[in-house]
Amino acid sequence: MSDAAVFSDITTQTDSLTTADGRPLKAALAAAQARARRRAFFLVLPLLAFVLLTFVAPIGQMLHRSVHNPGFTEHHDIASGAKTPIMVNLRQWFDDNADAAPDETAYAALAADLLVLRDLKAAGNVGTRINYERAGSRSLFTKAARNAKKLEPPYTEAILDLDEDWGDPALWQVMRGASSAYTLNFYLAAIDKTRDAGGNVVAVDEVRQVYVKLFLRTLFLSLLITVLCFVLAFPIAHLLATLPLRYSNLLMIFVLLPFWTSLLVRTTSWIVLLQSEGVLNDAMVATGILADENRIQMMYNQAGTIIAMTHILLPFMVLPLYSVMRPIDKSYVRAARSLGATSWTAFRRIYFPQTVPGIGAGALLVFILAVGYYITPALVGGADGQLISNFIAYHMTKSLNWSLAAALAAILLGGILILYWLYDQLVGIDNLKLG
Amino acid sequence: MTAVSEQDFVVFDHVQKSYDGETLVVKDLNLSIGKGEFLTMLGPSGSGKTTCLMMLAGFETATHGEILLDGNPINNIPPHKRGIGMVFQNYALFPHMSVAENLAFPLEVRGWGKSEREDKVKRALDMVQMGDFGGRRPAQLSGGQQQRIALARALVFDPALVLMDEPLGALDKQLREHMQYEIKHLHESLGITVVYVTHDQSEALTMSDRVAVFDDGRIQQLAPPSALYEQPMNSFVAQFIGENNKLSGKVKALDGDIATVELDNGASCTALAVNCGAVGSPTLISVRPERVSVAAADGPNTTEAQVKELIYLGDHIRCRLNVHGNDEFIVKVPNAAGHSHLTVGETTRVSWLAEDARALDAA
Repeated sequence: MSDAAVFSDITTQTDSLTTADGRPLKAALAAAQARARRRAFFLVLPLLAFVLLTFVAPIGQMLHRSVHNPGFTEHHDIASGAKTPIMVNLRQWFDDNADAAPDETAYAALAADLLVLRDLKAAGNVGTRINYERAGSRSLFTKAARNAKKLEPPYTEAILDLDEDWGDPALWQVMRGASSAYTLNFYLAAIDKTRDAGGNVVAVDEVRQVYVKLFLRTLFLSLLITVLCFVLAFPIAHLLATLPLRYSNLLMIFVLLPFWTSLLVRTTSWIVLLQSEGVLNDAMVATGILADENRIQMMYNQAGTIIAMTHILLPFMVLPLYSVMRPIDKSYVRAARSLGATSWTAFRRIYFPQTVPGIGAGALLVFILAVGYYITPALVGGADGQLISNFIAYHMTKSLNWSLAAALAAILLGGILILYWLYDQLVGIDNLKLG
Repeated sequence: MTAVSEQDFVVFDHVQKSYDGETLVVKDLNLSIGKGEFLTMLGPSGSGKTTCLMMLAGFETATHGEILLDGNPINNIPPHKRGIGMVFQNYALFPHMSVAENLAFPLEVRGWGKSEREDKVKRALDMVQMGDFGGRRPAQLSGGQQQRIALARALVFDPALVLMDEPLGALDKQLREHMQYEIKHLHESLGITVVYVTHDQSEALTMSDRVAVFDDGRIQQLAPPSALYEQPMNSFVAQFIGENNKLSGKVKALDGDIATVELDNGASCTALAVNCGAVGSPTLISVRPERVSVAAADGPNTTEAQVKELIYLGDHIRCRLNVHGNDEFIVKVPNAAGHSHLTVGETTRVSWLAEDARALDAA
């Protein structure tokens, strides 16, 4: 039915509105609009599928992995693809004996399970899972599985004979935690906490506390970089916004130029400039400002991370600021001046408040990008310039403790969401202006 | 400082302004504005009128010359110390403040107390009949309401001088006319001095005590509205203000006030010698359309005219005629009882008095 038919009878029928063929007008209208909505939906369907597949699903999987690790409960044979439950007996014993110290039955169950591990050649994987939470456990498992056939009752003595570490209550606590595939222990590890032999949450040794410090450092450096970007970008954006368009377009190209070069190139060029044998140090030594033995270390430390990231993230601050400053008519400041305000008051009370949406957008962009930054700190950060993302990458690619990596990433994501919520409460997200 | 006469409240003394160092935007401006006067700077865009206003407000510096306010030179006084109220073309109401905060701003920066401020803001809002709108944001107001708030804000700190830069430019015709009267009434009741910039001549004629017509960086004529319309001193003013018929020719003879002019088509006519130079110099005769009578009995300056076009406008009929070879000669025939009925293509006779024709410069 065409729209014309829907509306043709409106003028003649006054009490109950129907279409020309007698259908209620409301139903006809809804049908006509539903068709348009369906068509519109098909247009966005590819994007929706893309986003679901490549964005929502991976994040969901990551969140799932941060609380789920089947390394102690299931053996996945890569060749055949078969999944076999493992450690069945010991897990059963953990279920039946909550909070109990291991007795002969527990060791018997362990011996039976070790035999299974030996047949499946799975001792290494299981050991790795326990090793995440108690260092040195992997060799325990591989050694025990090798000798599983020789174990005879009483199993307690037999297993302790293999290695005295099997009697460590902490090991049993870790195994008890790992006996369920779902665990929050990775989150505990991500905030430098662990469970003691009694299952209580305690802090890990001071020398092994790294993540909280890293989170705080990431937060601090990101804030510092955001503030630096703001301080540098505000005057530039103001200049761009007040210059005639032909000059400001030229300058805008210089602002955007970094976007057109590879991130890697930009970062390495900072290395060339700032390293101790680099251009800047050489120039200062050559001009006699510095003695040769006093070269300033500006790379491979926090300073390097801050300088390079500030430079790289600067355009993300300049652009939103520019986009809010450009439409601010100069008559506002003039009006304030004519009303008796000094130039400082006019800036503070009239100009600055109108740029706040741009400041908020720029700061949020820069901060969120900085919090998750990886390549630049990895290249120029040295030891004390590493951010949390570098450790997430380390656990993804080197230690292969994906669950810990996922837990760290989830905490990062949660932190950013909380900051975003705070921003919404303080400034209001509808005040955001990106361009 | 010596006491200044009431006539010299604002003085431009040989003021020049150049932006690029090559061309003068304002060329040698001399102007005195009296206290309580409503003076309009009228001119086409690029004529230098807004530059003059900005120099007076302190947003532009004069390249040469002196501007005096109440006898004091203000060239080196920053805008916020001049105490001049200003209304901008786009109103420039601060979008992040409510209407009341906008109005309180000038009082706040002057260090007024809170209760005094609120009192004054309320009175200012009542003055422009916007008493109920104090809590609104400027964006929630219509154009006319924003205009009133901008006006109230420029007046709230009791400045002796208020500048207005095309304040009604963004309003529709009806509202503009209404606001013209309101501004005029505020000017009269408050006794303030107003310098008003516009390119709309009807606005200038309606509101002003005196109008300064700007062109090419100079004041072409400074006069009350009636004199400006009836006695233009040069052909630019005659053209710019109101409708005008022009006939070009050469001065043939001068007899006291009356010049005899030989027109380009060889005919001759008489006109008031205003600004036409000596015998032999080229001149342009200006005649207002309503001062020409159609189908009249023989009089001075009677000539044949062919009707080219008739436009019916209710109260009058606008006729385009060919007079002395000028195809664009306009005559307004009042739609009065017994008026002459013309038809297109007909040849009729038109005439005008020598006093109503002004021989001006041939610009």
